[in-house]
Order: sequence, then C-alpha cells, then structure tokens
Amino acid sequence: MSDVTVTRATPQGMVTLKLPPGDVAWGPALAALGLSVPAVRRLERAGDRAALWMAPDEVLLLVPDPAAALAALAGPLAGAHHLAADVGAARVVFAVAGPRAREVLAKLCPVDLHPAAFPAGSARRTRAAQVACMLWAEAADDLRLSCFRSVEGYVADLLTLSADPAGSVGLFRA
Amino acid sequence: MLMLVCPYCGVTAEETEFAPGGEAHLSRVGPDGSDEAFEAYLFARANPKGVHLERWRHAYGCGKWFLAARCTATLEVFGTYPAQSKGPPPAVLDRIADRRGAGAAARVGRGAPDAS
Ligand SMILES: [Zn+2]
Repeated sequence: MSDVTVTRATPQGMVTLKLPPGDVAWGPALAALGLSVPAVRRLERAGDRAALWMAPDEVLLLVPDPAAALAALAGPLAGAHHLAADVGAARVVFAVAGPRAREVLAKLCPVDLHPAAFPAGSARRTRAAQVACMLWAEAADDLRLSCFRSVEGYVADLLTLSADPAGSVGLFRA
Repeated sequence: MLMLVCPYCGVTAEETEFAPGGEAHLSRVGPDGSDEAFEAYLFARANPKGVHLERWRHAYGCGKWFLAARCTATLEVFGTYPAQSKGPPPAVLDRIADRRGAGAAARVGRGAPDAS
C-alpha cells in the first residue's frame, strides 16, 4: 500500500576517478569497465556498473568489485595525471522508490526534482538538509541518495520523517 | 533567495549549495610590494551598493570556484563565468549595460579601476 519505500542498499563498491577535463584517458579508462563517459550531470549504466558525472574532472564509478575495477583502470591510466581511489567504505546508499519518491527527496534537497528537470539517468551532488549527498535517478520513480557513512543515522531519520504518509503533499502527482 | 548558475555543472542552484568567496579579480601583491599595498590586498575590499563581481564555490555540487556578476542591492544576477577569467565576458557586460547602464558595465569591465 505504501507509495514510497526507503531502503538501505546493500554495500555498494565505489571508485572515485579524477582526470583533467578532456584528458584522452577518459574514454579508454571507462571503456575498460564497459562504460562510456557520462555527459554533464548524467549517469551511464551497464549492468551492475555505472559512471556518475560529479565535476568536469571527476566521475564516481559504481562497481561490484572495487579492487578489480582499480586493476582494470591501471593500464588505461598509466602515464596520465590521475586519482583513482576506492571510496565505497566511506559512503552508504539509500534507495527511495515509488510514486512519492521525488516528493520525499524534494523536501530535503534544494533541487528541482520534477521528472522533466531530473529525468531517469540524471545525477548530481547537492545537500540533504544539513549534509552533503549525491542523488541519481535509476528510473523515473527509482531514486538513489548517497551520503557519508558518518551521517548515515541522520539521513536515515530525515528520509523516514520525509516519507511519513502524514506528511504527504502530493507534489509531482499526475 | 539568490539563484546562481554554476558554469561547470550548468545547473541553476540556490544559494545554500554555494559558498561565498568575496570580491573577484583581486591582484596579488608580491614580495616587492609595500606594506600598504599588501595590507590593501589582504583587507581592503570594495563594498558597492549595486553591481559587484564575486567569487563563489559550488561547495555542495562540483566543488569548483567560479565568478558571478550580481547586484548587491536587489540580488539580480547578470551572469556567472569560469574562474579562469581576467574579467567578465562580453555577454555579462552587455547584460549589466542593459540593466544598469553603460557606466556600471564600464566600472566592472576588464582593466577598469577598482570599484570604490
Ligand atoms: Zn557546479
């Protein structure tokens, strides 16, 4: 009966990749993981892997096995001025899904979450109330929020409160 | 509420996603400068009521510094542009001239004396 579910995703492997904007190594590095380079504020997904645009010089990789991903990146990145680091242990991911998912996040983040403004495949960093977070849309009504593990409890409480049926405001309903 | 467009993300975001960095286009005073010039570089800042050029950082977004031209009295934003700029680009100066007159645009244009 619930029109939104908030679940803590299983541990998600994450690798931060930084390279100068436009560096020739971007394409080969992501291709080594079966991914293409994401456009600005976009998500590229291939099966259980994804690349999220974070900044002109930074992409966040979602991968099942960070050690294997770092090994696969080593060749294409050889000689390039870069940073590739396993950062998954520092972060948690929440899945916010259902027809009311956008409303639950819109109450916490200063982001236009209308489906036309943040369609499936969108990704960006922002804040949730008082802490930094990342948002991305796997599908129109399947959004993900990732934050630092040190504020996991705070964000879990925020999401629980925002998803309370008594607080429903009917935003983004057709 | 101040809304700024991050020139790197292309996203229009609200003020709480950004961190202010004060006056833009300061010229660093090096080791050969006088004490007075170095003090002015460190502490003396223009504080105009009207058009002003400022540094901002997209702290809760891409993390990059950029520059913004806005009105300190009305919060009207005339444009934002990359940090790697010696002065506002022509499109921003044209917008300032349209909205506040040629004098205001000339005052903040490249090579213009510092705003008092
Ligand atoms: Zn940005």
